[in-house]
Amino acid sequence: MAGDRRIGETILRLDDICLSFGGVNALSNISIDVKEHEILAIIGPNGAGKSSLLNVINGVYHPSSGSVTYKGQTRNQMRPHDAATQGIARTFQNIALFKGMSVLNNIMTGRTLKMKAGFFWQCLHLGKARNEEIEHRKKVEEIIDFLQIQSIRKTPVGRLPYGLQKRVELGRALAAEPEILLLDEPMAGMNIEEKEDMSRFILDVNDEFGTTIVLIEHDMGVVMDLSDRVVVLDYGKKIGDGTPDEVRNNQEVIDAYLGVAH
Amino acid sequence: MGAIDIPAAREGTLPSILVDNARQRGEKTAIREKALGIWQSWTWSEAAKEVEWLACGLAEKGLTRGKNLAIIGQNRPRLYWAFAASQSLGAVPVPLYQDSIANEMEYVLNDADIEFAIVEDQEQVDKLLEILPRCSKLKHIVYCDPRGLRHYENKELINYTDLSDLGQQRAKNSPDFFKSELDQCRPDDVSVILYTSGTTSKPKGVCLTHRAFVDVANGDIGFDGFNDRGEILSYLPMAWVGDHLFSYAQSLVAGFTVNCPESSDTVMIDLREIGPTYYFAPPSVFENLLTQVTIRMEDAGKIKQWLYKTFMGVANKHGPKIMDGESVGLIGRLAYLLGNAFVYGPLRNNLGMNRIKVAYTGGAAIGPDLYRFYRSIGINLKQLYGQTETVAYVCKQPNGQAKIDSVGVPMPGVEIKIADKGEILVKSPGLLKEYYKNAEATQEALTSDGYFRTGDAGFFDDDGHLKIIDRAKDVGALNDNTIFAPQFLENKLKFFPFIKEAVCFGDGKDSVCAFVNIEMDAVGNWAERNGLGYSGYVDLAGKEEVYDLIGECVAKVNADLAKEESLAGSAIKRFLILHKELDADDDELTRTRKVRRGFISEKYGVLVDALYDGSDSCYIETQVKFEDGRSGAISATLKIRNMDNATANQSQGVQ
Repeated sequence: MAGDRRIGETILRLDDICLSFGGVNALSNISIDVKEHEILAIIGPNGAGKSSLLNVINGVYHPSSGSVTYKGQTRNQMRPHDAATQGIARTFQNIALFKGMSVLNNIMTGRTLKMKAGFFWQCLHLGKARNEEIEHRKKVEEIIDFLQIQSIRKTPVGRLPYGLQKRVELGRALAAEPEILLLDEPMAGMNIEEKEDMSRFILDVNDEFGTTIVLIEHDMGVVMDLSDRVVVLDYGKKIGDGTPDEVRNNQEVIDAYLGVAH
Repeated sequence: MGAIDIPAAREGTLPSILVDNARQRGEKTAIREKALGIWQSWTWSEAAKEVEWLACGLAEKGLTRGKNLAIIGQNRPRLYWAFAASQSLGAVPVPLYQDSIANEMEYVLNDADIEFAIVEDQEQVDKLLEILPRCSKLKHIVYCDPRGLRHYENKELINYTDLSDLGQQRAKNSPDFFKSELDQCRPDDVSVILYTSGTTSKPKGVCLTHRAFVDVANGDIGFDGFNDRGEILSYLPMAWVGDHLFSYAQSLVAGFTVNCPESSDTVMIDLREIGPTYYFAPPSVFENLLTQVTIRMEDAGKIKQWLYKTFMGVANKHGPKIMDGESVGLIGRLAYLLGNAFVYGPLRNNLGMNRIKVAYTGGAAIGPDLYRFYRSIGINLKQLYGQTETVAYVCKQPNGQAKIDSVGVPMPGVEIKIADKGEILVKSPGLLKEYYKNAEATQEALTSDGYFRTGDAGFFDDDGHLKIIDRAKDVGALNDNTIFAPQFLENKLKFFPFIKEAVCFGDGKDSVCAFVNIEMDAVGNWAERNGLGYSGYVDLAGKEEVYDLIGECVAKVNADLAKEESLAGSAIKRFLILHKELDADDDELTRTRKVRRGFISEKYGVLVDALYDGSDSCYIETQVKFEDGRSGAISATLKIRNMDNATANQSQGVQ
């Protein structure tokens, strides 16, 4: 199926990124091109700098040197909500949903940046605000249908099993209709069936909406099956970049993962 | 229920009734489906249009009179329209169970010469594409939901919307086409072929006519007062005769609204939102609902628990009587009214059963406690009996005459005879025309004078109610020629919460004896509450006190049997409690948890002999298979209990 998707031009370019916390170099001289419509996996041992890289992409961290070019625009200082407005959405390693709110409302929060009506009208729930809400609700319902979570639409998120909460989080990210979706360990702590479901949804998102996906994942089986391209980090350095097959046979990657005899 | 304007009996073919409905009640809602969180609805005239377009589209693709069309998927408006569309062209719809695996579908598709299939989604498309190379006749697969199918390039596939557009074009170009096709259909044509599940042999296609469905549906309108203000939720498989009758034929004839749930996971939520006026469910669904209520009540606060317990006591005492229209004292009535305000009403509302005028169950025996629970909180739950070959049912319980162990009286126009060994023979307006391409099976199923052999054994009680006792082939006789219906006895025993399984013996013997399996949880709990110590299953099963407990259950069954003239002789004389649970891994049960009586009587031959030779106890050693494949042995000396008590004597007296 993946063959039918046309992988396009570079949509996001990381150029020579360095990031350090005090004396620790979290990322050193990382350059990556993310192409439109591709699924790119970032792998590496614990502490390799994977999450830091995602945080650089959506503006949580500012690199100490190097540049981020998104859709031809090179940016210097960017805040997370600017990234969100420009079409970069993400999910988190530890679930960051509103536990007491229903699934529906949680996904609705993903639409916040798309809401145009002012605070005043929103409060009165009249006129433009009202029509807008209907529009947003429709979009949210489409996502609920897409992720097949109709039966838990009105259930508070805190009462759901872990696997479903992850799915709701994906739903909230999708609600922003992103061009790039950043997934930080979408399958951590899931059983095999939940992983299969999640993989299916990631492929479907990529296929149906053409969303570019950058994901961090530890399950190598999943990574190799899902991704078009894999980037390998180790101690903040990029040590591999290529198709799953190329990466699998890369000696440096094997050493990093399996260890070398000294 | 108040005065009901009973609609006039309908005539004609099912699609012609649809066209009539569009004319008579065109603006009324015919069908709803929950999509994207909102109930979408179609009126009768919109539905009729959709059917016309689909029919024209199918005709354009080559569907003609005499061809068969498969329908596979969950309950969806488009799939219901597919019934009417193919019928209006004179083609015959063949619904298949949506959860069948591809290989099971292959047999039916080939047997029914299927050339067209209308399916719900990618899941069904994948199955059909898998067996396509082996189904040479299958040419066209229409899918309703395009999700995931974008990259499929098989030439057989066509989107429902495209087909419907095509049909709309054709309907515009030749406006008389649909009507002229419709006019060629006759009420005695086959309207649908429903495949029976075929537990023992290959599935057989049951051919039923328009007239059969229309007559049965008409009969119902008089019996239960269905009208066009009703609502039902269609959630049972479309390939099942009951759904085809309730959600398709009866909806057309009575004009009530059909509601299709959002997905199979949301049925309970959708039920609550719709609040149907008419509801059918197998006993297992009712049991599930009750379990959920019980569990939630156990989590509730003290006051709520007290309220529930108190008023359920009142309901249990007066509810069924009020439901049956019997006289209840003023205080009882007031207490029930109060209970209705505090407990039963909110409970019914929570179950989505507030508006139910009549609910039915059937297909398996329902436990008396379960049955009583629903009737006592004011839900008119009744039982029915029938099979695919007789259009779902031939007997229903009339309002106010719901007896737990009967399936009611024959419906208007139905004749029932009891043949040898108690086999029930049926002649009804809804009888099958034939089995598809299987004259031999048709001949076997019908008697020379046109009665259908149901294969069930039963009898009529003094009030003219039919009681089903067992499958006819399992019914035997004691040496004094008393009918022996093992399953009937076993079911009666199993309705006690302390008894998990029971096996009755008696065919060709002087009396009936039984093996009993205790329900570990219930009996264990009972033992704890009564300060009875035990070390495990074998120990507990052998306790004298447990024998007393089970003895009481058996005595109650015997007392029940004594009331039935034809069964009084089959009271249980002796029983023993088995030292191990009957298990499918040891081949003692089938995978669907039915006891394999023959196998058990051989395996435990020593015990059966001991039951009949009068001894007090018997030593047995049994091989058991553990889940990891190893085997071991359990040995025990089992006591045997005599039931020589008043009930046994009384039953002798009746004889």
